[in-house]
Amino acid sequence: MRIQRISLSKQKKQDQEVDLSLLEPLLKKYKGKKGNLIPILQGTQNLYNFLPQAAILKISEETEHKLSDIYGVATFYAQFRLNPVGKNIIKVCHGTACHVQDAKQITTAIKEHLKIEDGQTTEDGIFTLESVACLGCCSLAPVMMIADETFGKLTGKSAVKIIREIKKKENN
Amino acid sequence: MEKLKLIVGMGSCGIAAGAGKVFEKLKQLKTEELFDINIDQTSCIGMCYREPLVEIIDNNHSYLYGGIDENKVEELIEHHQKFHLPIKEWVVKTEEFTTQDNEFTDSQVKIALRNCGYINPERIEEYEAQKGYQSIKKIAENKISAQEVIQSILDSGLRGRGGGGFSTGMKWRFARNSQNTEKYIICNADEGDPGAFMDRSLLEGDPHSVIEGMIIGAYAIGATEGVIYCRAEYPLAIKRLNIALEQARQKGYLGKNILGIQNFNLNIYVKEGAGAFVCGEETALIASVEGERGMPRKRPPFPAASGLWKKPTNINNVETYANIPWIILNGAKEYSKYGTEKSKGTKVFALTGKINRGGLVEVPMGITIKDIIFKLGGGIQNGKKFKAVQLGGPSGGCIPAYLDDTIVDYDSVNATGAIMGSGGMVVMDETTCMVDMARFFLDFTQKESCGKCTFCRIGTKRMLEILTRITEGEGKEGDIEKLEELSYQIKESSLCGLGQTAPNPVLTTIKYFRNEYEAHIRDKKCPAKSCTKLLTYEVIAENCTGCTICAINCPTNAIDGGKKTIHFIRQDACIKCGACFTKCNFNAIKIS
Repeated sequence: MRIQRISLSKQKKQDQEVDLSLLEPLLKKYKGKKGNLIPILQGTQNLYNFLPQAAILKISEETEHKLSDIYGVATFYAQFRLNPVGKNIIKVCHGTACHVQDAKQITTAIKEHLKIEDGQTTEDGIFTLESVACLGCCSLAPVMMIADETFGKLTGKSAVKIIREIKKKENN
Repeated sequence: MEKLKLIVGMGSCGIAAGAGKVFEKLKQLKTEELFDINIDQTSCIGMCYREPLVEIIDNNHSYLYGGIDENKVEELIEHHQKFHLPIKEWVVKTEEFTTQDNEFTDSQVKIALRNCGYINPERIEEYEAQKGYQSIKKIAENKISAQEVIQSILDSGLRGRGGGGFSTGMKWRFARNSQNTEKYIICNADEGDPGAFMDRSLLEGDPHSVIEGMIIGAYAIGATEGVIYCRAEYPLAIKRLNIALEQARQKGYLGKNILGIQNFNLNIYVKEGAGAFVCGEETALIASVEGERGMPRKRPPFPAASGLWKKPTNINNVETYANIPWIILNGAKEYSKYGTEKSKGTKVFALTGKINRGGLVEVPMGITIKDIIFKLGGGIQNGKKFKAVQLGGPSGGCIPAYLDDTIVDYDSVNATGAIMGSGGMVVMDETTCMVDMARFFLDFTQKESCGKCTFCRIGTKRMLEILTRITEGEGKEGDIEKLEELSYQIKESSLCGLGQTAPNPVLTTIKYFRNEYEAHIRDKKCPAKSCTKLLTYEVIAENCTGCTICAINCPTNAIDGGKKTIHFIRQDACIKCGACFTKCNFNAIKIS
């Protein structure tokens, strides 16, 4: 179970900045439809990049879903995040094929370079490091994905190089 | 003379390998009118090891080129325009002559993948031109009854390709026999098995074949609504499915009174998964479609009696549906010609790991593992020794090299302790540690356990702790026995397939590689030299030439030494990634 995902203490002041009016069209679209909770949460995450507490409260007020149910679903699925993330999510693939091709060294090298642990965000908010189960590009293992771009046949060094270049672009 | 036609293989992994850039380059060349060419795209051709792939049709001769980047493609066009002849050494596949890649294609029989890599998946006309939607038309025109359709599928011997291996025809018959006006048909495209990408390739490459399979299934069982439950990690597959569904609606393959069949109404939509491996289990999948936590429930009642919204529901896997139209069109007899007595037809495998030719292959059941790895796959990378092959992902097991005569069918694979699974086939060489492999899979199942059954929730965690301890050199006598005991308890006491099969990777590695476990526990050694905590990296002074390649490649700058001086690894900064060992050209790094 992914219990490490539940970390209420990290719910910082982020909620003040949430513009809840963005949620209206989404709620209108799915209101009253059966099986709508997951699409609503997916839509919410698309809007804010994570699930803000205030948004979850609003969803519970406006739909038939109980707060506990929403929280249950949000913590069950790997897709949902309860904390804000960096601008670029680095998804390092740890599927079987990548594991066999030593994906561990990719994560280790990135961790060393960015000085963060798996699942954490850098202080400047540019990167979040995540390990994922499989990106489905097994023949290019080891693989990582940043935004929509997939990088294959990596080494620790080349992965760090890619990250350095992205950071350079962000700083300009 | 006809224009040159270039077709780029644009599956997800093709794009990752650079096919997108090639396609952009071609578009640019075309708009700048530098060359008079036609361009098009297709999806995964299966030869992932040679991506990016570009097919050129020159005067009705077709050549498939491998390893074409945006620079090479221009040279390729120039050559073809000038000579109308291929650049032979780049060709991977053609009818004109034999290439070194023929071994990869020759042993394959393409039924489920019949159109993948041949058609543009975003155009329904191209699917129709390949006898697409002919099967459902055949049913409509010849007034073939639902019972007859089910009988055909039964006769074909088709079994569920998601891993369970249950007879598809039987499943359909149960759903047919459930009396209810409202029934559902679901396509399980929640391909969570790490190391498998068959379903993704199929959905990206030929979405209509899956949709047609579902339409036929809906007709057979009497369903009026269809759901394709696809994992959100496959954005391209979802996009192409939605395009395909819209086209099918417009052409009248979906909707009301489909193809004039009275009262045959069907709508299909895509539901995005949210990332939970357990949702591959059918009752958990149904819970997830209903918007709840994807937790499995007790069976019976089976979904065929009470499934989605408590109505009779039929669930099949992507590959199963892709086979259906072919069977209806060519007959059950034709299909059952392939395969063994109890496993008919073909199976798609995602061949990956330490293999020379990795990719997507479709082989007739009954082929040996040896043939897949050494004939199709071209053997092991860098001339290393073949150690084992992992089948069935986290639910499966490792088959050791000495059992490579095992034939691929449900019963033979099960007899080894592995399972056929959905088709992930990860090849391992002598540098893969089997204890670490078991730990890897347990780490996965432990995270993905939904938490409903105690033994699965806590048992997998305890097993993971033991395995982690062993790989870190802190294994104790009795650990192996404890792992075995826990394995049987978890298998006995779990509700769904995830828990029942979670111990398989551990049990098979203990069965075939017990000596590796013992080496870790008793001698604190990793025979494969893979468990980093049991290793130290050192420079062998007499072999070191001071070329600096290790220092350049060290991600933590833990290697001291300038040009032409003997290097030194600082153990406190070394993260034991092994980069220096792989990069050194002079065998000057020692692992001990």
